Amino acid sequence: MTDETPSNEPVGARFREFQAGLDQPDGQRHRKPRRKGGDGEQLTVPPAEFASYYGRPVLKPPVWKYDIAGYLFTGGLAAGGALIGAGAQLTGRPGLRTVGRWTALGGVAASTYLLVHDLGRPSRFHHMLRVAKVTSPMSVGTWILAAFGPLAGVAAVAELAPLLPQHGVLGLARRIAPPIGTVAGLAAAATAPALATYTGVLLADTAVPSWHDAYPSLPFVFAGSALAAASGVGLIAAPAAETAPLRRLVLAAAAIELGGGHRLERQGLTSEPYTQGRSGRLVKAGRALLAVGTATALVSRRSRVLSVLSGAALVASSVATRFGVFEAGRVSARDPKYTVVPQRERLAESRSTTPV
Amino acid sequence: MPHTNALYGPLDPAPDAGYENPPPRMGFFTDTSVCIGCKACEVACKEWNGVPESGLDLLGMSYDNTGALTANSWRHVAFVEQPRSAGWATPAFAGDPDGPAISPVTAAVGARTSTDTGTDPGLDTGSPAAAARMSGGPEFLGMPGAQPPGRGTGEEGRTDFRWLMMSDVCKHCTHAACLDVCPTGSLFRTEFGTVVVQEDICNGCGYCISACPYGVIDQRKDDGRAWKCTLCYDRLGAGMTPACAQACPTESIQYGPLDELRERAAARVETLHERGVPEARLYGHDPNDGVGGDGAFFLLLDEPEVYGLPPDPIVTTRDLPKMWKRAGLAAVTMALATAVAFLGRRR
Ligand code: SF4
Ligand code: SF4
Repeated sequence: MTDETPSNEPVGARFREFQAGLDQPDGQRHRKPRRKGGDGEQLTVPPAEFASYYGRPVLKPPVWKYDIAGYLFTGGLAAGGALIGAGAQLTGRPGLRTVGRWTALGGVAASTYLLVHDLGRPSRFHHMLRVAKVTSPMSVGTWILAAFGPLAGVAAVAELAPLLPQHGVLGLARRIAPPIGTVAGLAAAATAPALATYTGVLLADTAVPSWHDAYPSLPFVFAGSALAAASGVGLIAAPAAETAPLRRLVLAAAAIELGGGHRLERQGLTSEPYTQGRSGRLVKAGRALLAVGTATALVSRRSRVLSVLSGAALVASSVATRFGVFEAGRVSARDPKYTVVPQRERLAESRSTTPV
Repeated sequence: MPHTNALYGPLDPAPDAGYENPPPRMGFFTDTSVCIGCKACEVACKEWNGVPESGLDLLGMSYDNTGALTANSWRHVAFVEQPRSAGWATPAFAGDPDGPAISPVTAAVGARTSTDTGTDPGLDTGSPAAAARMSGGPEFLGMPGAQPPGRGTGEEGRTDFRWLMMSDVCKHCTHAACLDVCPTGSLFRTEFGTVVVQEDICNGCGYCISACPYGVIDQRKDDGRAWKCTLCYDRLGAGMTPACAQACPTESIQYGPLDELRERAAARVETLHERGVPEARLYGHDPNDGVGGDGAFFLLLDEPEVYGLPPDPIVTTRDLPKMWKRAGLAAVTMALATAVAFLGRRR
């Protein structure tokens, strides 16, 4: 696969180039070494057998920019933040509650920006609100966000109540804000798990081979990743005395992500992008950081420095995982191998089992 | 109550979409065995639909300088040169100034070319190694020859060559993933059972582009919206034939009620088999296939992937109920994990 962007050579330049190459006595193309990514060597490597049309992708690779990979992270972070905020609220941990709520608001604000920015026509983002379709995970996600965003916003803003004066109209606001924040925080937490996991369906409900085949795993990977990232922020920012639940949560998050995600490497040919190349390295980095972050979190009870380090590792793990999964899908759509070979195998199988 | 086959299996799409007494489902039957590669369809489509130009370059892919279906090319004529006999004894390329048939080397170069189609992802480059194999034809898979066909044997010996041409187009799937995933309702099902983008609604979210199992729909860079074949919805409404079918000089592109086209296609395959073209086969005609059958289907002379088509596409939404179930399970797990973590010891 070459990642070269088409150069703006004059029309026919490449054609003349290989015409010239064909005139060589051995019929092999002799050309000057090009920019990086030359393919001369690939021709001699015996490849997996499949036919193609000039090696071109069968599919159109996703046009989503890294905005969407970023959104996978920020959306998960927001969801995790809301859950932690609610947990802290119900168990009387005000510092952690504040951190959770602000994480939720920050995450959802960033998510909204990234999602709108990725549109080909950002000014038409509200067209998403014309319809509600369960067959479109993006539509479902839009409505989840539309519910979650304002709730997370109210819950976070309610945290500002102590800054208001004691008396007058604002004093009244000061008194009613906390209960409103409580309700909004709990409601946001109720929608949070949907926000964190629907993105797995968002990616899987495409023709992109590595994403589609991963549909059983992705929601779990993303759920775990979301909890890990938000716990990471909590470990960094919340008062140390209130972080005990986070250490247990990190352990659970790692179990969910690794347990749910181990199948990524076991789904046949379309696993390849999760294990090879840049996407594979990102996925592996995500796992390694998750392991390190979790282990550090468990021993960091008495050390602020270790807490912060583990938190940073967990946040980084989530970023790496999201970008790795995103990139793996793009790789799988760009190489016809991942489309043609599994479909051929499926056909061969159905032909051998059903008598003609 | 949605149809039990709403997501998968045979279905008549227009009534399913809510039309009462719709006209018969209309479609295309593209018979590649009579295609002469004139590209009249490409041109007629551009003219009628006002499709912008899609780059001008020689791609080194035989006579295919369009490269792929894009937002700016709603018909695409594919050209495949193969060292296989097509039953004629004419020496291939005798005295042809364009030189020899495609070789692994030229195909590999072809895979690396591109042109600015003005769309995204537009014409993506391919895998040279995979392209190098195509010139051998299916029976030579994995063994790229060192020589262009005919070289070394002299031009008299070059009878073992055939040229495949195929005018590709949006398949107007029975279960159209693009339509199902569109979050704005921009993509809709017409009364003729075809699939059309409403350009005043599309906000360029790009979901349809990743969802299409055929890599058809694509985004224009300058306006950010998704575009594809409309099966000339405007002409259909006026009782006219789509521009490409009208322009096709060999009736390779046939337009009509889908039922009729399917019968005609079956008869055509039979005729070809009788005439000694055993490789003729239909593609996308079967309502039991992974997308519930295509509204635009094809007669091919080789495996679908040779033309850049997926051999066994399955609409992604077939698995959607299972996907939502997994997501639900993951969501519950997540909520429980949080609850357990907070219910534990205080320190
Ligand atoms: S071929 Fe692709 S773009 Fe055309 S109807 Fe089917 S899914 Fe949609
Ligand atoms: S890009 Fe346009 S047509 Fe495609 S899914 Fe998004 S809104 Fe619908």
